[in-house]
Amino acid sequence: MKFKNIILSFILLFVTWMLLNNKFDIQIVGVGLVVSLFVSFAVCSKCEIFSKVNVSPKGIIYFFLYFFVFMGELIKSNLDVARRVIAPSLPINPGIVEVETQLKTKIGRLVLANSITLTPGTLSMDIKDDKIFVHWINVTDADKENATKEIVAKFEKYLKVIYG
Amino acid sequence: MEYIEIIGAVVTLIGTIFLFLGSLGLIRMPDVFNRIQTGTKATTLGTMLTLLGIGLIHLDWAGKIIVLIIFVLVTNPVSSHVLARAAHYIGIPLTSKTVVDKMAQKPAITVKKGDKLKEED
Amino acid sequence: MVNIILYTALGFVALALILTIIRFLIGKSVVDRVIAFDIMTVTSIALIGIISHFTDRVIYLDISIVYGLLSFISVIVIAKYFEKGL
Repeated sequence: MKFKNIILSFILLFVTWMLLNNKFDIQIVGVGLVVSLFVSFAVCSKCEIFSKVNVSPKGIIYFFLYFFVFMGELIKSNLDVARRVIAPSLPINPGIVEVETQLKTKIGRLVLANSITLTPGTLSMDIKDDKIFVHWINVTDADKENATKEIVAKFEKYLKVIYG
Repeated sequence: MEYIEIIGAVVTLIGTIFLFLGSLGLIRMPDVFNRIQTGTKATTLGTMLTLLGIGLIHLDWAGKIIVLIIFVLVTNPVSSHVLARAAHYIGIPLTSKTVVDKMAQKPAITVKKGDKLKEED
Repeated sequence: MVNIILYTALGFVALALILTIIRFLIGKSVVDRVIAFDIMTVTSIALIGIISHFTDRVIYLDISIVYGLLSFISVIVIAKYFEKGL
């Protein structure tokens, strides 16, 4: 469990370093290996942020599926914003509703809150344990179960597999 | 070779149009939370598309462009979330069109401080 | 052809920056000004990307990474100051 954290943070740091340098030189690869190994041992030997991440093939396939669903929602939300901004009558019906999540880990909730912020007409405002308060630009139903079904459910079925 | 550059330029143009629409929403929307909504969504996709277009024109810059796109995609929602929570905490009023506010029903921790800030503003 | 389209794109970025500066000046509440500042920096990242195409220097992208980092941290610090004080 401890080594999973170190290995995942090492891969993250090393890939970022190689992308920033953008060439394969023996000195650059050597410095990147040494520094990212040192940093991941020094910082991430106690942290637990990657402990529950599912790195089996099923988790990786679900990660890519989630990525495509997320990109589609992002483009849809931007077209929605453009339509609302251009319309002369400013069609908004805002309110703050409460939704519930079944995700247990911190990183899963972080990714879910970020996804809620970038999907059509919603903005996550506060997280208290398993409740998320969402500012919704066009409230269709203020009830908790229906709002959860409409906002959270489309991401949760992927994130539950990836982050647990 | 030339086609991919023209595609990149068109993608950049679409991205900047989204940036313009986001800041137009910043002017037109009636209260703070709706401004955060339009601002965050439009600028995230706008910046991503602009940088993607530049990356299509200069294919050898792809590494830095990818790092920058992932950076914008991760940090922009976080800063908007933090700002929205702070705005609700110090008691910025919602617009008169608001239908429901579930967050106001929970007990506030320090009410005095927020009230003072609201009056000064 | 590519440069003509990119000059049009620069025009849209300039319009976006002017609108955010208007919101920054008229403000009304302090959070409005912070949002205008945040959106101005993210728009500036895109602007630096386009300028790095015209000058053909990849080093400007590094500058925009650092710029984005500083703006993110400053927004977090300001929001924390609103909620709890420093």
